[in-house]
Amino acid sequence: MNTPMTPSPARSDQRLDAPITGRGWSVRDSGRGSHPDTSQPIARTAGGGSRGPDDVDNTVTRTGLVKATSTRMDQSSHSGKVGESPLRPDGTLKVTGEFAYSSDMWLADMLWGATLRSPHPYACIRSVDLTEAVKLPGVYAVLTHEDVPGENLYGLEHADQPVLAVDVVRYQGEAVAIVAADHPETARRAVEKIVVDYEVLEPLVDPEVAAFGDMADDVPRLHPDGNKGGGPEGQGGGKNIVRHLPIRKGNPEATADVVVHGEYEVGMQDQAFLGPESGLAVPAEDGGVDLYIATQWLHVDQKQLCRVLGMPAAKVRLTLAGVGGAFGAREDLSMQAHACLLALHTGKPVKMSYSREESFFGHVHRHPAKMRYEHGANRDGKLVYVKAQIILDGGAYASSTPAVVANAATLGVGPYKVNNVAIDGYGVYTNNPPCGAMRGFGAVQAAFGYESQMDKLADALGMDPVELRIRNAMAEGISMPTGQVVDSAAPVAELLRRVAAMPLPPEPQQDSYDLRQLPGGVSNTTHGEGVRRGVGIAIGIKNVCFSEGFDDYSTAKVRLEVIGGESVAMVHTAAAEVGQGLVTVQAQIARTELGVERVTIHPIDTQIGSGGSTSASRQTYVTGGAVKAACEKVRGRVLKLAAERLGRPAAALRLDGDKVVSDADGVMAALVDVLHEDVVEETVKWRHRPTHPLDPETGQGNAHVQYAFAAHRAVVDVDVDLGLIRVVQLDCAQDVGKAMNPDAVVGQIHGGSAQGLGLAVMEEIQVTDGKVRNPSFTDYLIPTILDMPPMTVDVLELADPHAPYGLRGVGEPPTISSTPAIVAAIRAATGKDLTRVPVQPHHII
Amino acid sequence: MRVKCTVNGEKHEIDDVWEGESLLYALRERMGLPGSKNACEQGECGSCTVYLDQTPVCACLVAAGQAQDRDIVTVEGLAGEEKLHPVQQAFLEAGAVQCGFCTPGLLVATHDLLEREEQPSDPEIREALAGNLCRCTGYEKILDAVKLAASRKAEAAT
Ligand code: FES
Ligand code: FES
Repeated sequence: MNTPMTPSPARSDQRLDAPITGRGWSVRDSGRGSHPDTSQPIARTAGGGSRGPDDVDNTVTRTGLVKATSTRMDQSSHSGKVGESPLRPDGTLKVTGEFAYSSDMWLADMLWGATLRSPHPYACIRSVDLTEAVKLPGVYAVLTHEDVPGENLYGLEHADQPVLAVDVVRYQGEAVAIVAADHPETARRAVEKIVVDYEVLEPLVDPEVAAFGDMADDVPRLHPDGNKGGGPEGQGGGKNIVRHLPIRKGNPEATADVVVHGEYEVGMQDQAFLGPESGLAVPAEDGGVDLYIATQWLHVDQKQLCRVLGMPAAKVRLTLAGVGGAFGAREDLSMQAHACLLALHTGKPVKMSYSREESFFGHVHRHPAKMRYEHGANRDGKLVYVKAQIILDGGAYASSTPAVVANAATLGVGPYKVNNVAIDGYGVYTNNPPCGAMRGFGAVQAAFGYESQMDKLADALGMDPVELRIRNAMAEGISMPTGQVVDSAAPVAELLRRVAAMPLPPEPQQDSYDLRQLPGGVSNTTHGEGVRRGVGIAIGIKNVCFSEGFDDYSTAKVRLEVIGGESVAMVHTAAAEVGQGLVTVQAQIARTELGVERVTIHPIDTQIGSGGSTSASRQTYVTGGAVKAACEKVRGRVLKLAAERLGRPAAALRLDGDKVVSDADGVMAALVDVLHEDVVEETVKWRHRPTHPLDPETGQGNAHVQYAFAAHRAVVDVDVDLGLIRVVQLDCAQDVGKAMNPDAVVGQIHGGSAQGLGLAVMEEIQVTDGKVRNPSFTDYLIPTILDMPPMTVDVLELADPHAPYGLRGVGEPPTISSTPAIVAAIRAATGKDLTRVPVQPHHII
Repeated sequence: MRVKCTVNGEKHEIDDVWEGESLLYALRERMGLPGSKNACEQGECGSCTVYLDQTPVCACLVAAGQAQDRDIVTVEGLAGEEKLHPVQQAFLEAGAVQCGFCTPGLLVATHDLLEREEQPSDPEIREALAGNLCRCTGYEKILDAVKLAASRKAEAAT
């Protein structure tokens, strides 16, 4: 192996011995950073990436690296405690182009990996011929399932997905073989030279047939071999059901004055993060592998990789590279195992980076849903019962389908008090693209169903839809359909009132229009004629953290010591920063708890225990809780030291402004003088309060940790002649318990709302006969800045006494209610039923 | 083939460039300038936006060979020796950066907009940045950042 590039944290505060790929984010730079361990491979970054004399063995690269930054890290010199909005510690690197994303990883002698994928949604593999591929100059390896040393299976909840297909492919895009070559184009050409003889089978694409079709009747069973097939026996019956979760509460025979029925569909949404699946696997001298990767959960990747590679965890080391967005799509493995297999096989570093097209096949999507709802209410609007059947198409492999089913079913009536509930949630196997985690999973699909129903019910009752919702709003103390009693704030009525009271935008002026502000925009499709305005409101509910008895914890190490005459705290976790700002919040917590200004965030890696998943809106809660707990332990020890040295009781002392302070006598000592040479370090494994499994027959149980709520009001203009929609304004009210970083909270609400807008009016992976028809940003549309309207955001802070700082998970709720609010507004403008999202022009005209 | 060009004021000469390589690939993989991002390689996302002879282009749609004797500026070339460019500073302060993958392209596009139009209106900003996708921010804070940068530039000019 050539000498790897090493980072030179010339200006960063990186003083750690760890690999620096993801870099430590210094919150305040002193310009004194010492050299990191130079034996580690590293991202090549322009500027700060390479200043050392001996770390560049490539003149071309050196040319590119000349533009070193001498003072830029100073831009991130901002302190800030919990409740403030300091700037992101990684922000300066991100605006200068120096931040090292997974697709920027680079080593001089690295190879490029590429993947051969099945063109068929369902087929048997008769043979694979690698002869021509292997012959291509520049090709170092062509591997199939036969080259997998460990178990050829992976999966988040059930290991049912082959790393490389064996004798059958179950979806279009399933990986069959992998190649490593010296140029990405050579690798792609080698992939094209692999000859696979398929026996094409009729794909199973209808989720209802998959679930309920007669097995004797030609319906294939996609995973016939028991547990390998995914669904735990007993929950899935004998069919293609990954999970069936019934929820039964109250009287199944209840009757009501007014009954509304509805059938709703949600299309398959893509997370569409911008940074492609990518990473660099580097074979190590001990026979193991180091993987620099963009993921949401390093340790769950590691666990799966260990099985595939047949290696202990000590030999499979992961470091988080820069992550270009996640939104659930990085919960499952994509190229991780493939890159490691190729690196170990060739003995060379291997980089893989998916193209946008491949990305559409390389990760799971949001489950499409078919939902049947029946709501019964009294004349006064009080809900009597809700019945529902929710079928979620999990595609070819299980991924996180069981958890998605649980969310959809347990949250299936929405944030309302309903005494009689009968819901059946199903997650099924088909030959459609695999579906798994996406922001708000399960809750997003159900919300489109129950909120559409609430509007329909309001219409049937002749009631205002906001009034109907407030009348049925759940609140603290009520019992959920699972029987769980809600034991913290649930300000559903308040959020609805707030969002309904926000000022409306001015009515459109027919005479002085600006094309850019009309549906169709500068396409000049209308000058205002045929344009109708509508307003809609919706609210949603989401569980925060992992549920159903999962041992959901995070690990944090916090170290306090004197460096260069200053007291410095270092925080180390394995929790993935994916753009949401967890690194900022971790530093805020350390500053708050330890009273120091300088905080360094250690690179995120598997050298420390698991941080759990960056999903389920849980990281600030759980990793935040772990950092807080570790800081408290460190503080306890420091105050004890101070008490000894100052001759005061520790209880009378606190840490503030890098000093030891007594309330009675003010500043007692500088923290540096108390610490001297001492390094105070604590590692804490922190858990939220336990949850419990759901009864498989009745769905009863205290399954969730915390509930979170957001409400949206949408104002839309619709060109009813052409079916074109423009969202004019989208406002949100959300309770966050405690806004740890108010700017970041609002940023999450903006971004989540935008993804909900996408699902409402444009985003769908179109699948015909199991084949994806639009795997590109030309054909899969996500909202642009022209599509996103201005937003007013109202943030409530009603503390949850069970959570650190009283906080409530923030990331997912805004994705849930924006979709039904926008569709309600389109219904109001058009008078159409609109039972499917995304709403398309032909639904309107 | 061999390609010579100037990037961020420095002369580059790269060898063995394959005809099918894009300028984006050459910048990222051959010149050590990975700041410009590849999020689609199709001209749809704007993450790869760079200046080519003062005109913003999608570097993924420009063949590396077309850069011969041309002048290129990437995100890495926006900042001064000592300070961030006001557009970079504004994106940072306005909270317009989350994952940051869209940021390099948006910075170049905003830089270009403010060169052409000192105080753009909201509709003008939206139109100018319509070719740059961001999946994280919902664009609200990007709009704030552009306006902040415009006002900073105006202040600096007076
Ligand atoms: S990478 Fe060039 S436009 Fe997307
Ligand atoms: S900040 Fe992530 S794509 Fe824009």
